[in-house]
Amino acid sequence: MSSVDLWRAAFDERAPTLPGASLPWLSRLRAQALERFADEGWPSGRLEAWRHTSLVFMNSERFAPVAAGVDGAVLSRVLAGLRESPDDHWLVFADGRFVPGLGAIGSLPAGVRVESLAAALAGDAEPVEALFGDVAEGASPQALNAALAADGAFIDVPAGVAVPGVIHLVFIAGAAGSAALLRNLIRAGAGAQLTVVEHYLASDDGAATLTNAVTRIEAGADARVEHQKLQQEGVAAVHLAAIGGVQARGSRLASHSLSFGARLARNDIGTRFDGTGCETLFNGLYHVDGKRHVDHHTWIEHASPHGTSEELYRGILDDQARGVFTGRIVVAPGAMRTDARQRADNLLLSAGAEADARPELEIYADDVKCAHGATVGQIDETSLFYLRTRGLDEVHARNLLTWAFAAEVLERIGVASLRAQASAALRAKLPGGEALEILDGAALQRSGGAVLEMPA
Amino acid sequence: MLTISGLKVSVGGRQILRGLDLQIGDGEVHALMGPNGSGKSTLSQVLAGRDSFTVDGGSVTWDGRDVLEMSTEDRAREGMFLAFQYPVEIPGVSNAYFLKAAVNAVRRHRGLAELDAMDFLARVKAEMKAVGMREEFLYRSVNEGFSGGEKKRNEVLQMALLEPRLAILDETDSGLDIDALRVVADGVNRLRSPDRSMLVITHYQRLLEYIVPDKVHVLGQGRIVRSGGPELALELEARGYAWLLEESAPSSGPQSGPARAAAAAAAAAAQASGGRR
Repeated sequence: MSSVDLWRAAFDERAPTLPGASLPWLSRLRAQALERFADEGWPSGRLEAWRHTSLVFMNSERFAPVAAGVDGAVLSRVLAGLRESPDDHWLVFADGRFVPGLGAIGSLPAGVRVESLAAALAGDAEPVEALFGDVAEGASPQALNAALAADGAFIDVPAGVAVPGVIHLVFIAGAAGSAALLRNLIRAGAGAQLTVVEHYLASDDGAATLTNAVTRIEAGADARVEHQKLQQEGVAAVHLAAIGGVQARGSRLASHSLSFGARLARNDIGTRFDGTGCETLFNGLYHVDGKRHVDHHTWIEHASPHGTSEELYRGILDDQARGVFTGRIVVAPGAMRTDARQRADNLLLSAGAEADARPELEIYADDVKCAHGATVGQIDETSLFYLRTRGLDEVHARNLLTWAFAAEVLERIGVASLRAQASAALRAKLPGGEALEILDGAALQRSGGAVLEMPA
Repeated sequence: MLTISGLKVSVGGRQILRGLDLQIGDGEVHALMGPNGSGKSTLSQVLAGRDSFTVDGGSVTWDGRDVLEMSTEDRAREGMFLAFQYPVEIPGVSNAYFLKAAVNAVRRHRGLAELDAMDFLARVKAEMKAVGMREEFLYRSVNEGFSGGEKKRNEVLQMALLEPRLAILDETDSGLDIDALRVVADGVNRLRSPDRSMLVITHYQRLLEYIVPDKVHVLGQGRIVRSGGPELALELEARGYAWLLEESAPSSGPQSGPARAAAAAAAAAAQASGGRR
């Protein structure tokens, strides 16, 4: 039986019990989505967008959405590593399902919904339908997600409301062979503001698991949405994620994608400017080693005039790791006064590592500014020598320069607690990185935060 | 005591130092002068442990230890300090972090307790005041966007914090206006002490008006061609380098064997008379 047939069997078995199975629009959409996936199969390298990241190997994998859950003690251990701020809101998902009782929702302004997708479908499902997305969206893994996503987060913020604190969505992968299909739906009404972080973690670092996550974000006029994704899954995991935004006039969307785990991680991240004067920041950082592979496929659709987009991705590649970045920018006819800037830099820590970075610019309007650049480099020997002449050992000096390479991305994370989390996640990847504990000084200073983070 | 004997160094197959001899006693300040391309910076980098150079012969001993066998960081921890001609910019790393990491790496090696943040800040602020650096330079990235003078002050600040036994200043005067030069020279003079040796590398005599050396050496074509007291620097200022180099040229021009030997002997004699105690 091929992998696609297995997925069809899983669908036939599970569709009747999926959340919202009694909703006709959803059942129809799921069935159509499954057909699309079955028809297209896993994307192969023959597709331009998947040239460097073929998923044909998935045909011989046997992942299944068993939803067996994760042992409570293990969950507690994994969660203990996260900092909890009293103002924040936490939703915890294990093995693809919401775990009631583990999270904590702080006080929310009236009308704000922060709940699991399953709960949202069981309650007032109308806004869910509006946000769910359609069958044709994205590549075939996204269709599989639409067919089989059993849970995720549903966040709806009414017009004019600013959500205090950060909404943390924690996704903990299950046992070997398990597949978690998650769909997160986020809507910010006109003038609303919110910050959402998705954490992807392993319950067993060596387990081969599959995560297929789709996040859809609708930003109303003048809304401000800050989105961060911190992927720290196990080294044998396959992580497929798509984040798609639709922005109304004057809105701002920031996406910070930090990818450190998984044997293969693919992130499709994009947004479309549906109104004039939109802004977006796509900020990304990855560190991969071994024979692992990370691919960020980004797209920004300047469909309206006066839009500003800024994109900075930095990758750190060690051993025989491979990093892929694609930055697609489409400026539609009539999208005058577009200002799009894109940079992709890679740092190779080993001769066997490989980086591919390519901009794809399609510009159909006049009077636009589009700048792009990509670099691939190594640790600067003169800088290394300079640090060593000051008594720093070679490992410390290399780590410091590696951290420094990433610092510009970290500095663009506006929320201090999220920046600290991202920085800690990077330090955890560096041998002896704990020595860099007090490094946030420069970043904080430059971003106008506290003067110097040093233990008293 | 630092003793360099017959040091031969090449880079990419090109010989740069061709048998250099130099000895610096404890507490002495020596100036090393010479035209561009004579090998001054190469010497400073080799002493500090830069591995892009190949040592083809000779030795460097420092208080009985074989310097060439030591790692760059061990030389630093043992008390060698190189003030760079072109201090390196490191965006993303705060000067405060960098300075504290350096101070504590050296302190650990010397068996001293690491400074905590409070003690470190008190110490570094006092030293910054002495070299005329504003406190904001602590919180900026290492040397990033610093002017030439600010970078050199930052080097002197590091030297003061690390309290080396042997300080090598590689063209610390280059690119400085007269006010900055004075501040840097004052910083260096403050650090002069009987247990601290210094090698001041410079192209011009100007710096030596402020830092008066015990000895002056002239480097030409990869070896010391003349050594003397501070007056040698004044003579070079007046006459330039050309006469010295011609006098001692070992291999330039179509010289015959005996002439070359004579020149080498003259150089050796010059050195023997002025270069050693």
